[in-house]
Amino acid sequence: MARKSPSKAMRLTGYRRPNGAVGVRNHVLILPVDDLSNAAAEGVARLINGTTALPHPYGRLQFGEDLELTFRTLAGHGANANVHGVVVIGIEPKWTDRVASAIAKTGKPVETFSIERHGDLNVINAASRVAYRMVQDASELRREPIQVSELVLSIKCGESDPTLGLAGNKAQGRAVDRLVDMGASVIFGETSELTGGEHLIANRCATPALKRKFMQIYNEYIQMIEAQGVDLMGSQPTEGNIRGGLSTIEEKALGNIQKTGTRPVNAVLNYAEPVKPGQGLVFMNSSSAGAEQVTLCAASGSVLHFFTTGQGNVVGHPLMPVIKVSPNPITCSTMSEHIDVKLPDLLVGDINLDQAADRILDVFIRTANGRLTAAELLRHNEFVITKLYPSA
Amino acid sequence: MAHRALAHKSTDDVAIAVADLKAGEELTIHSLEGGKPHKVKLLEDVPLGHKVALKDLPKGHVVIEYGEKVGQMTQAVAKGGYVHVHNIRTLRWNYGEKAKSAKPKAPGRAKGGR
Repeated sequence: MARKSPSKAMRLTGYRRPNGAVGVRNHVLILPVDDLSNAAAEGVARLINGTTALPHPYGRLQFGEDLELTFRTLAGHGANANVHGVVVIGIEPKWTDRVASAIAKTGKPVETFSIERHGDLNVINAASRVAYRMVQDASELRREPIQVSELVLSIKCGESDPTLGLAGNKAQGRAVDRLVDMGASVIFGETSELTGGEHLIANRCATPALKRKFMQIYNEYIQMIEAQGVDLMGSQPTEGNIRGGLSTIEEKALGNIQKTGTRPVNAVLNYAEPVKPGQGLVFMNSSSAGAEQVTLCAASGSVLHFFTTGQGNVVGHPLMPVIKVSPNPITCSTMSEHIDVKLPDLLVGDINLDQAADRILDVFIRTANGRLTAAELLRHNEFVITKLYPSA
Repeated sequence: MAHRALAHKSTDDVAIAVADLKAGEELTIHSLEGGKPHKVKLLEDVPLGHKVALKDLPKGHVVIEYGEKVGQMTQAVAKGGYVHVHNIRTLRWNYGEKAKSAKPKAPGRAKGGR
């Protein structure tokens, strides 16, 4: 691809973790295993500057695949390369150790605390002393030069409208092609939101086996909806999508798919399965709801997320910078503080797709190097675990 | 070039307004992938992001956008008319309709979804 773009001179810095994984942020995580441990985790986070708690409503009496997904999501956040060290707090020691030992495989500092036979106050005291030391250690780590090919990234669009399919997602797709060509892994998902364009993704799968696996995941999702005796009329497209001009799920899906670019799909994964650098474009089964999909991407190892929006989805994530891209002039002017990359000039043809992709990648470089995103500045710390079915 | 509306392909049935458009406007609508531009006189107001018919679309017509099927007309719309949920419906979500004549299966746990 002949072009002048910031990609040739991408000077990126980040944090290289003990297992070689590369992050662009340096968090100390206070991770509750279950809803009961949120109070203690948030207690530690209030006491010790520079820590991030991830409160959530689950982790009790889950079973089977649903429990495995919750463990994978929690451990995946601990293992994420944007995290220096983790304090894991649970109501009892067994599941707490299970989550912690999965994180410890990365070689990063992990310590566990359980509340039964100690109480919240003793746990907060002891865990805060550990967190204090971890933050001080993290504060002495220095950014070092990194390569794009060492990164796992992810994409999603939300509160979509036809300005994305015409402009925003097309520009994002051009940026994704360049990142994949430079060796990055890029995760996309949104299973229900491929409906009407699922054949286009299937035909881009790198092998017949991947194509079969993709179609199996897609078809199981549709069968799950139909087993409820309903369809997604009223949910897909959303009322926000309809207000923005999207009329059908097919139209939404065809716009959605633009942001995946044109490269082959090299892996097909289920919810929150780990992704490594160098895998290229990766499909991960996921909800199309913003916070759920973004959370699953972080659990899979993504360290930076691109989020294109038409009508103005404001989602962020506690550990992963989420770069908002919008071509919609109304959204860029009425919700300016939420949008990191504004592309209304692309929508009317004043700049071309390569210039728009350059603008996205310029903000990508600066964000990877430490510039705070709109979502980080506005405390958009959405962390939403995908639940597969009711608990026991 | 400051476009007012754009189509994905010149063979598509609809184009997208990239500004708020007013009835009576006479537009030259280009396509992202090139091809012959469409000359269209708007019959209705069409807000930014919403769709304009590039040709007469009879009831039952399967609508093409991105060169792909995106839905079916539930009412006829003339060239220059406004196409949205009041006159187009998905071809895909029809289980709700099927279910009216069939007893829903017991809702249960489904693998790989929620």
